[in-house]
Amino acid sequence: MAIFIQQLCNGLALGLVYALVAVGYSLVFGILRLINFSHGAVYAFGAHAAFFFVGLNFGPVPAIIAALVITGLLGVVIDKTALAPLRKKRSVPIAALVTTLGISNIIQNLLVVKFGSQRKPFPDFFNLGAFTLGGIQFSSRQFVMFGVSLVLLLLLLLVVNKTKIGLAMRATAQNAKAASLMGINVNSIITLTFLMGGASAAIAGGMVGGYYQVVYPGMGFMIGLKAFAASVLGGIGSLPGALVGGLLVGVIESIAALYIGSNYRDSMAFIILIVVLIVRPAGLFGKNEVVKV
Amino acid sequence: MLLKITGLNAFYDNVHALKNIDLTIEKGEIVSLIGSNGAGKTSTLSCITGLVAARSGRIVYKDRDITNFPAHKIVGLGISLSPEGREVFPGLTVEENLRLGMYAKGGRKESAPYARVYELFPRLKERNQQIAGTLSGGEQQMLAIARALMSEPELLLLDEPSLGLAPNLVLLIFELIKEISKQGVTILLVEQNANMALLVSNRAYVLETGRVALSGESGSLLNDENIKKAYLGNVS
Ligand SMILES: Nc1ncnc2c1ncn2[C@@H]1O[C@H](COP(=O)(O)OP(=O)(O)O)[C@@H](O)[C@H]1O
Ligand SMILES: [Mg+2]
Repeated sequence: MAIFIQQLCNGLALGLVYALVAVGYSLVFGILRLINFSHGAVYAFGAHAAFFFVGLNFGPVPAIIAALVITGLLGVVIDKTALAPLRKKRSVPIAALVTTLGISNIIQNLLVVKFGSQRKPFPDFFNLGAFTLGGIQFSSRQFVMFGVSLVLLLLLLLVVNKTKIGLAMRATAQNAKAASLMGINVNSIITLTFLMGGASAAIAGGMVGGYYQVVYPGMGFMIGLKAFAASVLGGIGSLPGALVGGLLVGVIESIAALYIGSNYRDSMAFIILIVVLIVRPAGLFGKNEVVKV
Repeated sequence: MLLKITGLNAFYDNVHALKNIDLTIEKGEIVSLIGSNGAGKTSTLSCITGLVAARSGRIVYKDRDITNFPAHKIVGLGISLSPEGREVFPGLTVEENLRLGMYAKGGRKESAPYARVYELFPRLKERNQQIAGTLSGGEQQMLAIARALMSEPELLLLDEPSLGLAPNLVLLIFELIKEISKQGVTILLVEQNANMALLVSNRAYVLETGRVALSGESGSLLNDENIKKAYLGNVS
């Protein structure tokens, strides 16, 4: 029982990190109908940026903030240099998709050039020690990760659902042409979307770096795919969907690691992905497009 | 003169959609733009609102050249469009759609625009928390017009507001157009329902394959034999 509860907490903490990465897919998909496969690499970039700034003795919180800013900007640069020109030329959707795969490779290779391909130790910077509760031992890292992710996700939901700029984002996601007629600068909304996606990926990367105490250029590959599975499970484009999808993927894989074997941990996300695509392609929170009368 | 278009040409790739369009609108007028499907009516409105680029020609609004202004800057100038096919935000509530209509007015939370559109369209007030995608076609049309009024425009562009509506609703929409005009809004009305459009408007332009084929007082166009044959069907 103790180990089950430990795994459950582990799953919830990881799940919220997946959710934090998954919102990046959902935000961009919502506005551009594009699956941004460079997002995993952006996450790895964020982790390395945090690693870099921690190495400069910034202290953990300023390091994460610096990483968040620079990674958010990376997201914007990706859009402005590689994706916006494709939109302007009205190229076929697959061109943008393939471009994001290419960008993913470029980012990873730049990380190899700058930091080397090996695994580098990341400081254990948000460990407040272990504690015992009801006879079960917990690591405080999980709780920090869970709490930070939850606060950020709720903040994001608040911005999207309760502010003027959030309303503009939702309007743009539903009908970009009509949004521009309302006076909404659609390009600024797209920029904001990439900024938010990059920033949340950086926070996730920094926290996972601290959680496992390791960073390496390829670290975004698996979590990128898992977060993608999470956003499809929740209904890609939906923020509450990304949250619930992330939690489910995190919990299911942790429980599976316990009962089926840890070798199967990483495959759970893909099993979920396949099942969702067959049974409920729109995902848990996905709406079928509303047909206009 | 509120709006003056001269020598406007526009293309979709190689399709020459607008050919040397000249059109003027005086303050306070209702001007209708009629013509069959594909004549270039929507393209004309799209050029004014910056959704489609003008290849050549000039669009001047209140002595200001607005040719190829970006779309999101147009509404702030006092021009707003109720687009063809309504294009409401289907997943947002009626109230949110209306709030977006005054997005360009900045952060001010004004209630006057709501009061005005709720008076014109009491139906929307009753349904202000309903999701727009679940409204009927007629209600969505009202919402599209109401949303365009929220920015308190001087020039309102209406693209086929009667399209697909039941006859009694068509009458209601045209009554509302007259009412909006009485409130001092200048209107450019695009319609395939030429008969009704000519009845409510002061002047009209007839487009044929991207050109202005004819223009003049609506009353005299109503009695023009060629127009009768081509656009009005059997008018009794
Ligand atoms: N998005 C588009 N792409 C290509 N051609 C278009 C597009 N929109 C309109 N057209 C063409 O431009 C011409 C004028 O269309 P439009 O302005 O929509 O006419 P109307 O509103 O009078 O029915 C038509 O020949 C139409 O096929
Ligand atoms: Mg049209």
